[in-house]
Amino acid sequence: MSYIALSDQDKKEMLARLGVSSVEELFGCLPEGSRLRRDLDLPSAMSEPELLGHMDAVAGRNTYGRHRSFLGGGAYHHYIPAVVDSLSARTEFLTPYTPYQPEVSQGTLQVIFEYQTLICRLTGMDIANASLYDGASAAAEAALMARRLTGRSRILVARSLHPQYRETVRTLTRNLGLAVEEVGFGGDGGLNPEELRAKTGPDVCGLIVQSPNFFGVVEDLAACAAAVHESKGLLIVSVAEALSLGILEAPGKLGADIVCGEAQSFGIPPSFGGPGLGFMGCKKEFLRQLPGRICGLTKDVEGRRGFVLTLSTREQHIRREKATSNICSNQGWCALRATIYLESAGQNGLRDIALQNVRKAAYAAGRLAAVGGVRLRFTGKTFNEFVLQLPKDAAAAAAALRAKGILAGLELAPFYPELPGTLLVCVTEVRSKEEIDGLAAALEEVLR
Amino acid sequence: MIREPLIFEISDLGKKGYAVPELDVPAGAEALAGLPIREGIPGFPQVSEVEVVRHFTRLSQQNYCVDLGLYPLGSCTMKYNPKVNEKIAGLPGFAEAHPLAPVETIQGNLEILYRMERLLCEITGFDAVTLQPSAGAQGELTGIMLARACHESRGNPRKIVLIPDSAHGTNPSSAHLSGYEVREIKSNAAGRIDLGSLQQAMTDEVAALMVTNPNTLGVFESDICKIADIVHGKGGLLYMDGANMNALAGIARPGDFGVDVLHLNLHKTFATPHGGGGPGSGPVAVKKILEPFLPLPVVVPKGSAYSLDFDRPRSIGRVRSFYGNFLVVLKAMAYILSLGPRGMREVAEIAILNANYIRKGLEGVYDLPYDSASMHEAVFSDKIQKDAYGVTNLDIAKRLIDHGFHPPTMSFPLIVPGALMIEPTETESRRDLDLFIEAMKTIAREAAENPALLKAAPHQTYVRRLDETAAARNPVVTWEGGQDR
Repeated sequence: MSYIALSDQDKKEMLARLGVSSVEELFGCLPEGSRLRRDLDLPSAMSEPELLGHMDAVAGRNTYGRHRSFLGGGAYHHYIPAVVDSLSARTEFLTPYTPYQPEVSQGTLQVIFEYQTLICRLTGMDIANASLYDGASAAAEAALMARRLTGRSRILVARSLHPQYRETVRTLTRNLGLAVEEVGFGGDGGLNPEELRAKTGPDVCGLIVQSPNFFGVVEDLAACAAAVHESKGLLIVSVAEALSLGILEAPGKLGADIVCGEAQSFGIPPSFGGPGLGFMGCKKEFLRQLPGRICGLTKDVEGRRGFVLTLSTREQHIRREKATSNICSNQGWCALRATIYLESAGQNGLRDIALQNVRKAAYAAGRLAAVGGVRLRFTGKTFNEFVLQLPKDAAAAAAALRAKGILAGLELAPFYPELPGTLLVCVTEVRSKEEIDGLAAALEEVLR
Repeated sequence: MIREPLIFEISDLGKKGYAVPELDVPAGAEALAGLPIREGIPGFPQVSEVEVVRHFTRLSQQNYCVDLGLYPLGSCTMKYNPKVNEKIAGLPGFAEAHPLAPVETIQGNLEILYRMERLLCEITGFDAVTLQPSAGAQGELTGIMLARACHESRGNPRKIVLIPDSAHGTNPSSAHLSGYEVREIKSNAAGRIDLGSLQQAMTDEVAALMVTNPNTLGVFESDICKIADIVHGKGGLLYMDGANMNALAGIARPGDFGVDVLHLNLHKTFATPHGGGGPGSGPVAVKKILEPFLPLPVVVPKGSAYSLDFDRPRSIGRVRSFYGNFLVVLKAMAYILSLGPRGMREVAEIAILNANYIRKGLEGVYDLPYDSASMHEAVFSDKIQKDAYGVTNLDIAKRLIDHGFHPPTMSFPLIVPGALMIEPTETESRRDLDLFIEAMKTIAREAAENPALLKAAPHQTYVRRLDETAAARNPVVTWEGGQDR
């Protein structure tokens, strides 16, 4: 299928207009050695029904959907109301570019402005940007921002920060002279406060702590804030399960200076990990160090309210190598989906959904920990994920459960060798009591 | 026309746009005990479903988009985004798959990643591809980090990255974030890299030259093979920004003309929608020497199945979570499969034909600062109108909105004062090209007859010219109202 809109006659007339006899003549500027003198070795063109049939068959080779899944760990299954798909599919939202021309982009811009406001109200921050790629790169951007703000050379990251976020922070800061140091966790699964106190100091620009952390445990953010603020470092709170903000206290209220994370939970399917939605908010005084696009309020020549992208002197197209970040394209359409999701759920709906996550996960934790030989690995309070300690090899147990059509959770040992025999289990509002009970019964069976 | 309020201004106590099913587990108080529970979310909206639907539908109508007409943003490649690709990305087998699922249960997705890597290798002429980078800028950063890792493995990461003065701002920014000092290379009178300047700047402390080809003037760097020789001669690597690959698909491959590492923008060349800012996808293609350093993990075929290889000790690591913007990669793959080899070649051919047709139509009407042959875009300037009538590229752009089109890219590349960079892409019909040319000619006439009309444009939009200076001077980036509810 070709998407060209010219007829052969059009082409002929246009070439004549240009005074050439073939398109070839138009790329005469390509030196002979650089030309491809054969057809690309690609599969032959497909019509729409052929393509759809082919892709449907490939999608069918994913057997994931035939399982009951209790997987989380940074990507979550939540119900997506029909309005999200319906409104975000509108072509006026899907097919424009970044809103460089505000007079014909007020729809996108007002959505970004509302999105920024929603993120601020959820996180307790003063300002937010228009989105970043994902939770992992947002953590790295926050680390670099803390370095610019403090001029210091070390950053602490909780070992309970998502392992892929930690790896990303390391990769993206490696060539910039920022040392990354880990702070371990205690028996409750939360950040070890003594270790934090011992490692922080006047050369530390801040701490990145995730809450709920990778083990699902809700961190004592106020204590973290007190510890890093003592030596004038910044508290960066990473939130990989943004839905938790619907019920848990806003990190900004507990002393966070920067809150960043992944908001895939807000109306975006797991999508095999992308596209999701990186977000970032911070205190007002850090405005000029915030990376990414920012939408601001202004007026038109007739005094009517309107929105524009603003403060672009922070950005790469103006500042080039001195920019706060190299980001250009972001996750705009995903931010639109999150905005639709959050505005439909609203204050009351979001709390209801978050509450169901807490209650169903607590019920599941209780049921699973009652299985013989199984216990909860950590004592800390959790949101919708928790770690089970199994009496035997977790991989074998998970495989046995998979044979029964259940993906019981993520084995942690590949990420945390110090946690053998553990499974990270996630229970969101989409899992029913029957499915939870089924998991408990199946676990009992495979451990017998 | 209804002025659409902010959602916070129409929020009422107690309304909901979505209701959860009844809780089916016991609602014990102990589940919440000890958690730091928030009181509420002051100022979070409370609206009904129909209000949400009208709000977003009305907002959508204030946007211009590709499906409404020609969107000639130069270097952004605003081509038509095929509808079937959206349908494919919505197939539950793809969209609902969890990134940490056991590999046995996600063979379809691993197949997509593996095959797409091979397709992109063939289109670009490289040996290996990573699909992990989220967008072009992250691709640039990844590519330069790969170059750095390669130099480090030879004992010296080197200090400098060379970048032409016509380059996009992400180039110097990405090089800087990879720990390099940036040196600018001047363009010559033809708008190409000046070989003398390059030769002079190219020392054994230069890690790479970042070249965009065709460059941001829409001009092919016809000395590219000599450029590669100069860079390689001093042990440097040649990086190519593939933002303009739309001009080359099927007619030339960067891997064949000396490039060592290239990033692509799937949301440009491969027709995935821009979504009002993203998501994009910025794969990086490399020659063999850079392959060991690619981000983790790498998909490997094992017999008839696919697995993920994490055991790559020389890898630079991860640049983000999971496997990149998978659904964007999927849409781009669907596009490649639709087109086939001939269709892919036709993309470049017609993109070049359409751009040259516009160039021909506007030559003499607008100033063309570089008269080198145009590939997929043509860069004009406001010189004629500015000198004679004081009308700037901004005025021309805003007036174009009244004539029903999105403006071209403005004030870029930086080497052209008052630039108007026009890229029609291959998917425009002749009728739309003619309408655009006619509108631009009309505006040139209006500039002469009634410059005030242009100065005050646009006249027919939902809002008129906005005060961007005030927005930056006194930044208001969140809504303060409605927090008592």
